[in-house]
Amino acid sequence: MNQLNLDHATASAVFNKNEPRVDWHDETLWFVRAKRDRAAALIPEWEDLREAASQIKNHVLSNMHDLLVQFEENARKNGIHVHWAANADEHNDIVLGIIQKTGANRMVKSKSMLTEECHMNNFLTSHGIEVIDSDLGERIVQMRKEPPSHIVLPAIHLTRADVGETFHEHLGTEKGATDPQYLTEAARQHLRDTFLTRKVALTGVNFAIAETGGFVVCTNEGNADMGAHLADVHIAAMGFEKIIPRAEHLGVFLRLLARSATGQPITAFSSHFHKPRPGQEMHLIIVDNGRSRQLGRTEFRNSLKCIRCAACMNTCPVYRRSGGHSYHSAVAGPIGSILAPNLDMKLNADLPFASTLCGSCSNVCPVKIDIHDQLYKWRQVLMREGYGTTGKGAAMKAMATVLESPRLYRMAGKIGRGVLRFSPAVAENRFNPWFNQREMPAPPSESFRDWYVKNKKS
Amino acid sequence: MTSREQILANVKANQPALHPLPEQFRFTSVFPDIVQQFMDILAFVGGKAERVSDYEAIKKHIQEYYPGMTNVATTIPELASLADTTLAVTDPHDLASLNLAIIEGQLAVAENGAIWLDERQLPQRVTPMITQYLAIVIRESTLVPNMHDAYQRITVNTTGFGTFLSGPSKTADIEQSLVIGAHGARSLIVYMLP
Repeated sequence: MNQLNLDHATASAVFNKNEPRVDWHDETLWFVRAKRDRAAALIPEWEDLREAASQIKNHVLSNMHDLLVQFEENARKNGIHVHWAANADEHNDIVLGIIQKTGANRMVKSKSMLTEECHMNNFLTSHGIEVIDSDLGERIVQMRKEPPSHIVLPAIHLTRADVGETFHEHLGTEKGATDPQYLTEAARQHLRDTFLTRKVALTGVNFAIAETGGFVVCTNEGNADMGAHLADVHIAAMGFEKIIPRAEHLGVFLRLLARSATGQPITAFSSHFHKPRPGQEMHLIIVDNGRSRQLGRTEFRNSLKCIRCAACMNTCPVYRRSGGHSYHSAVAGPIGSILAPNLDMKLNADLPFASTLCGSCSNVCPVKIDIHDQLYKWRQVLMREGYGTTGKGAAMKAMATVLESPRLYRMAGKIGRGVLRFSPAVAENRFNPWFNQREMPAPPSESFRDWYVKNKKS
Repeated sequence: MTSREQILANVKANQPALHPLPEQFRFTSVFPDIVQQFMDILAFVGGKAERVSDYEAIKKHIQEYYPGMTNVATTIPELASLADTTLAVTDPHDLASLNLAIIEGQLAVAENGAIWLDERQLPQRVTPMITQYLAIVIRESTLVPNMHDAYQRITVNTTGFGTFLSGPSKTADIEQSLVIGAHGARSLIVYMLP
């Protein structure tokens, strides 16, 4: 599963070699999207909720400085140690420093896309710290040495047979076992022992409340709670955009989050942390890592409103048929494709092109991010900055020349029709990317213009 | 310049002009029968609701539902006779062998089956996750229609920790097949007192 060095189109082609598996992947994600639709339909004020969430987040982006200062002050009053990390390296160093100070050499972690973005696990491992991911899906991909392929459903690209094989190898379950109940029980036993023996636990943050200096972590498995409440030291890591002004705004976000993500009315646990428990140490790391730069990009700052529900991935016809790993980025899918170019334009220049611009992502987004518009706008920025492929640039220029001139356009049409009719091999070959997954159209005998000239009543 | 100063300076320089908070962000939910709504949605999220008349009925139900169960603990004085162990431990690891925890819920939400618990109900925060089975006793009078109502009633920072718990722990990480009992409680019964 080493697709990380391939661009999106190439990695997708690899993914698409196994057609039944692609169909299965597509249907599984569409099933989640359908559950989201049923959940949303049960809320008559769904569209108003989305609007409210969008407006609250717009306010947050515009008042970010003061909200962060307010949050920090209140969190400190609550007894939380607040750290600031300008980039991924600083974040990783802070985590390592906290762990080393406790004398521990291992840690349990619940889901945090931010730590994926910072490649924290590899960093800590290279410094002799063992990290165990406790979300079931994340544990599965961690055992397989793969990154998560989806931010909510990290192992969505794997079948139960794949998981059975992985657990047989790592947990000693029976060979050939595929029953999810049996496999989950094996993971439960293995991770329970982990929770009970780790002195340091790291969690992500879904929402941070400026007014109260607390933060909310949502899980279905209860793994964030098991880790944090049993550990002597709790580290929570958040991108600064997770901030919301007041606790009552959670009413909006918690109604939208799980319904948009999996079609559940709410996650099993929505835990509000305000103070460390007696004797515990609680650390919170506020991370920038390019976010303040994105905040300054007028056309792209809305991407920072994201609450990481993954509805845009589940609905995306490209994501469903190309798989999360083809995006070679911690956050895949449409939202990942508008976040990633900000982190590294050159490395992620292919991602805004991994879309049909159908707009389904924008339609399901609970905070109304104009995702498909931003994909389109990123394409323009990337071409302008010189990150497009040379072939694409040349083709666009040639097309512009032809379309600008009626005479050239007519001539090109005539040549095209002739070629398709008399020597189709010129177009129907593997060097024409349009022919790869398509049949070329049957050429018409004349152009519309010729027909019009012949038939117009004068 | 520290990272804190640098980040805050960048944010201040790059954030757009102030956009006011929306005035409309609380909505009302109307259910024909709020108790029934709660019970239905709780079943949907994998839990089970039992309407009971008094604590004696809860005792009887638990004895029948979990016959011979040991390592049972409760914070509710009226149910103390069911317990053979305590939740009042200083080290949360001491709850590792807990089989059944019976606790009170502060408030319940009809739209999603969530029950608010804070440290007044949880002598140890890990209680509802570490126990194998969980029973929560609520008063029907504490039911509110939706999350907006819930946040009007609770204060999230009265204690250092609180959680909305909706159903038993679950996962669908293996091929989208729902499995109840991931890391937290394997089942949840909610007893509803008038």
